[in-house]
Amino acid sequence: MDTILPIIAGAIFATGIYLLLRRSLILTIIGIILISNSVNLALFSLGRLTTENPPLIKAGSLEPLTPFANPLPQALILTAIVIGFGLLAFALALAYRSYRELGTVDQDELLQDAEDTSATIVPKEDYKEGGDS
Amino acid sequence: MNGLLVLPLAIPLITATLGLLFRKSSQLQRWIGVLGAVALLATAILLFRDVHKDGIQVLQLGNWAAPFGITLVADMLAMLMIGISAIMGLMIAVYSLYDIDKERERFGYYPLLHILIMGVNGSFLTGDIFNLYVWFEVMLIASFILLALGNSKNQLQGALKYVFINLFSSLVFLFGVALLYGMTGTLNMADLAVRLPEVENSGLVTTTAMIFMVAFGIKAAVFPLFFWLPASYHTPPVAISAIFGGLLTKVGVYALIRVFTLLFTGESADNDYLHTILLWVGGFTMVIGVLGAASHMEFRKILSFHIVSQIGYMIMGLAFNTAMGIMGAIFYVLHNILAKSNLFLISGIAQRLLGTFELKKMGGLYKHYPFLAVLFLISAFALAGFPPLSGFWAKLSLVKAGLSIEQYVITGVAILVGLLTLFSMTKIWLTAFWGPVPEKTPDHFGKMPLFGAGKLYILVIPVMVIAGLIILVGLNAQPLLELCMTAAEQLLDPSVYIEAVLGPQ
Repeated sequence: MDTILPIIAGAIFATGIYLLLRRSLILTIIGIILISNSVNLALFSLGRLTTENPPLIKAGSLEPLTPFANPLPQALILTAIVIGFGLLAFALALAYRSYRELGTVDQDELLQDAEDTSATIVPKEDYKEGGDS
Repeated sequence: MNGLLVLPLAIPLITATLGLLFRKSSQLQRWIGVLGAVALLATAILLFRDVHKDGIQVLQLGNWAAPFGITLVADMLAMLMIGISAIMGLMIAVYSLYDIDKERERFGYYPLLHILIMGVNGSFLTGDIFNLYVWFEVMLIASFILLALGNSKNQLQGALKYVFINLFSSLVFLFGVALLYGMTGTLNMADLAVRLPEVENSGLVTTTAMIFMVAFGIKAAVFPLFFWLPASYHTPPVAISAIFGGLLTKVGVYALIRVFTLLFTGESADNDYLHTILLWVGGFTMVIGVLGAASHMEFRKILSFHIVSQIGYMIMGLAFNTAMGIMGAIFYVLHNILAKSNLFLISGIAQRLLGTFELKKMGGLYKHYPFLAVLFLISAFALAGFPPLSGFWAKLSLVKAGLSIEQYVITGVAILVGLLTLFSMTKIWLTAFWGPVPEKTPDHFGKMPLFGAGKLYILVIPVMVIAGLIILVGLNAQPLLELCMTAAEQLLDPSVYIEAVLGPQ
């Protein structure tokens, strides 16, 4: 296990990088998902895999049965998964919104005429009266 | 143990929560937003007094002893950064009262701003490397939404680039954390500092250091990794550009300073190798950034490229790895947050008056608004490093640090880049301020006063305060230089930090 897992993590990372470099926005997102999972796997295997007892304390006892598996990497991965999930949901929403607004998921077309920034902000309407907004 | 340490995180959180509770009322939101920023500034001052008087302050969250729980640590560097971010938070909150439209307010602009500040403060205070990752994510998610809020075409294009590169850099960071954990079995930064020198495979430590350099380098926008910054920072409203440009990249610089003085020191990694790379990166960042600024003709794009260029100076100071160099880098960070944010804020006022950010369509600001021109000159000269403004002392201490360790080439480059900075600032001055009034101007140009009807003073007052601070720091630099020196000395002697967190060894 502890030799196979890092190799798998590396392979997934490489696949993720390949997808990240594709032009379609959707593939880029899938690439980020893959990289995120491979980093989690790496964290898991760097936390020393063991096939021992679960890190739980039996009723009536004061300490877990030794040797027990290290629970910390799992807690870290859980945190990372939750954070990754939130960010991913945002990235998907952003991609969908860009598709709706700009009509394409091809990044070359998506990022065209990004130079024109003059129209970003229109001055406020209540300029002259000096309204309070 | 100092309970005050939790307040820089709790106050923005409470402010944001209250803001969300009263989401419907834009009046209340504004009051809450500004008052929260005032409260944060007050706490920062209280905490600063403690750190100044009694040295490094530590709080073990949940009363778990050091290497096992999460530790909050406030040393002088963290406090200086929290202080400046509290000042900027207040200024931006006031500026936003005019600059941010009702629509954005309704979608939670003020709560997001405070969540962003909470993430920034958390990154400064935490003493745990995985917790640092979590605070980075808090900061990122708030910045993602602030950048995309409004959904204009430009913003979406900018946000796409910003979001994906930052997601990637977070994953690289997390991988670095995984490697550190695999090597040492701990995540507490003080504990890591003790255990990393004991790792037998010092090559792997150096590799991990490189991974951190890439992860934080993307956030700080250093030379080969900066392309996302000028592509996205000019798209949101000016208040958001200003806080991004002022604070966010500096958090990356802070993280670099922290890990390269505490974790990857000469004892644990190949220091010469790492610092040589940092030096080259710093040099290229300065030069490429300023050349980019010289080639653009849009107000905010010029400023965005300048952010990149100025980051180079800070990296250079870190790469010198002497007390003088790091002191210069810290001073530079503080000065740059003031000067850079102020220039962004001024660009916003200019755009309000002339209706555009394109320099070719701007002009006549000096004729009709001489006071605004003076404010611009103060910030621009500070950025370029003119005496007696704050930038002069920042550059002077870096140049002195470079000469004292005989790094003549990079010091020469730094001085040259200062001249080029001046050149691109003159470009803005010659067109937007000194140039002739353009044929087509909005009706109110020249008629709307800075103070009085139109309420432009809401925008001008924060700019005046920051310009005042720039002059104050410039004329009386000694106290701040001494504080930066204390911070640098604390950084270069990690045993103080380690003892404060883990107890006497």
